[in-house]
Order: sequence, then structure tokens, then C-alpha cells
Amino acid sequence: MHRTAVKQVVMEGVLDANDALAQANRAQFDAAGTYVVNMMSSPGAGKTALLERTLERLHGKLRLGVLEGDVQTTLDADRLSRFHVPLVQVNTDPGFGGECHLDANMVRSGLSELPLNDMDVLVIENVGNLVCPAEFKVGEDTRVMVYSITEGEEKPLKYPLMFRSADLVLVNKIDLLEHLDFDLEQFLGYLDAVNPGVKRILTSARTGQGVDEWCSWLEERGAPS
Amino acid sequence: MHELAIADSIVQIAGRHANGRRVTKVQLKVGHLRQVVPSALAFSFELVAQGTSVEGAELEMEEVPATGSCLGCGAESRLEMFPLQCGACGGFDLQVLEGEELFVEALELEEDKDASHGR
Repeated sequence: MHRTAVKQVVMEGVLDANDALAQANRAQFDAAGTYVVNMMSSPGAGKTALLERTLERLHGKLRLGVLEGDVQTTLDADRLSRFHVPLVQVNTDPGFGGECHLDANMVRSGLSELPLNDMDVLVIENVGNLVCPAEFKVGEDTRVMVYSITEGEEKPLKYPLMFRSADLVLVNKIDLLEHLDFDLEQFLGYLDAVNPGVKRILTSARTGQGVDEWCSWLEERGAPS
Repeated sequence: MHELAIADSIVQIAGRHANGRRVTKVQLKVGHLRQVVPSALAFSFELVAQGTSVEGAELEMEEVPATGSCLGCGAESRLEMFPLQCGACGGFDLQVLEGEELFVEALELEEDKDASHGR
């Protein structure tokens, strides 16, 4: 017996399996008439705080549900539970050593617990991370990025993939502008350099600034037609 | 560290195509614009491959240069870094043509010539 080396052409996308699952998720969302937002940011940018304001404002107007992704704990889900909306927590920890992002399969694992048919909008709160979540489609209709001004002006250039893939950027913690050295014009310039003309709303979960505009944006897209 | 998830996916793809044969090399194409850290991916790959038919295989990463077409002036240019900018007019509104690839191009395998399971 002897061994020979052979070459085999493969030409298969590394994320094809994830993308196929994302498409299956999307088909399920479309069939249920649920508009899906993939919300991404670094840790602590204010995703959960903005969601709290959003759930308050849209109560009775839009039937919202939330899928919370975190490496560990149910702290975010606990914060949102008082709104009595469909809510499911997906911890990525049992995955491959605590994934830094949600992928299509993890989202899929949470869907059976959500009454999609009774929801106009599902917000998927991704794991706080500026790099990894951008690589993984989960079946969303749109990508919304929350960026807090405490993170500095230059991040669009350092983490371009996520900024490029966003359909809307919520520039959060804007109430702190007067206390920081943050140069808003410079940040917006970098944002435009990476994702020209991307829609942005200046928000503060604390004072409520911009929350109405963000909620209107969401209503326009998610309200049942 | 999404390199771990990417490595896991590469090992699964390679294992499926190898169909029982031993994999000695995996050739991967990585676009210049992907946020993949080669050393992290190589490390993750070695780790994930352990105990599979891909164990010990070399992971060869070939970078695909990024090119884009300017939506302002129509020129095509090579894109080195962010912000992506047209080399002709300096515009920022570009359509990326190449540089976002991430795929397994080919495998090198060892076949037992006269073994019953050889294919």
C-alpha cells in the first residue's frame, strides 16, 4: 500500500453554512411578518438602555419582542422583563467557549420560544463587540449600530466592517457631549468616510433625545402593512 | 476572537470534502477587507483540527487584494486601507469589487492507493 497526494478543489465559502441558516431564519421571519433588527455595539454603548426607552415609547403601538445575546448572565433580559414583551435570552457560553457574537444557529435556537406571529418587530441585541458580530448574518432585515460618544471619534476607521454594514447608527450618550472632548463633526466625518451618507440619529437613553425619531424610524419599517 | 468560529467552519468544510481521507493542506482565500487575524486563525485552526481528519494540516492563507469601483468617477482602484478611497478622484463612495472573500479554495489530501476506502 502506498499513499499519494491529491488536490481537491473545494471553492466553498467559510460562512456559507451560517448564511444558509440565516436565510432560513429570514424566511421564517418573513412568513410571520416580523421585521428583524440586528442591534450591535461595543459593550456598554447603551443598547439595553435604548431598548428600555424604545419599549416604553412603542408600548401599544408596535408589538415588539427581544432576543438577548450575551456571553453569560440574564442581566439584560432581567432589565427588560418588566415590559412584559416576548423575550428570550441566548447565552453564547455553551457554544464554543463563549462566542463573542451571535450566529444564525444561536438565533435559531431561541426562535421556538418567541411568538413570531404575534410580533411586528424582533430586536436581536447582539453580544457587545465591535468586530465579530459584523461577520455573521443572523437573518435580519436591517442592522442598527449603537455607538456611544464616550468611545472616541476614530472607531469607524479602526472597526470599519461593522460601521460599513450598519443601515442606521444611533449616536448615543449625546447628553454627555458638553462634558467630553469628543469632536462630533470629526466622528461623523469618519463615519461618512466608511459608510457614506448612512442614516444617523443623535440619541440619549438618559434624556430621551432622539428616541422619538428612532422609534418613528422603527415604526415606519416594522408596522404591519 | 471570531477566528475560532471561522476555524471551526473551515475544519468542517475540509472534513466533509475529505470524506475520510487525511487532509495535509487547506488553501484558504482571505479578502484584504475581512477582519481576520492570520495568527489567531492559524492558532484556532490547529486547536479545532485536533482529533479530526484535518489534524496537523497546514493552513495556507492567501490574501486577495481589495479593489473598488468609484461611484463618482467610475475609476477602479486598489484599496489598501480604510477609509476606502478612490485613487483617481479621492471619492469615498465606492463599490467593493474584490477583497471581501473568505472561502476554502482547495485541499491537499493523502489517499491510500490500494485501500478499499480510497477514492
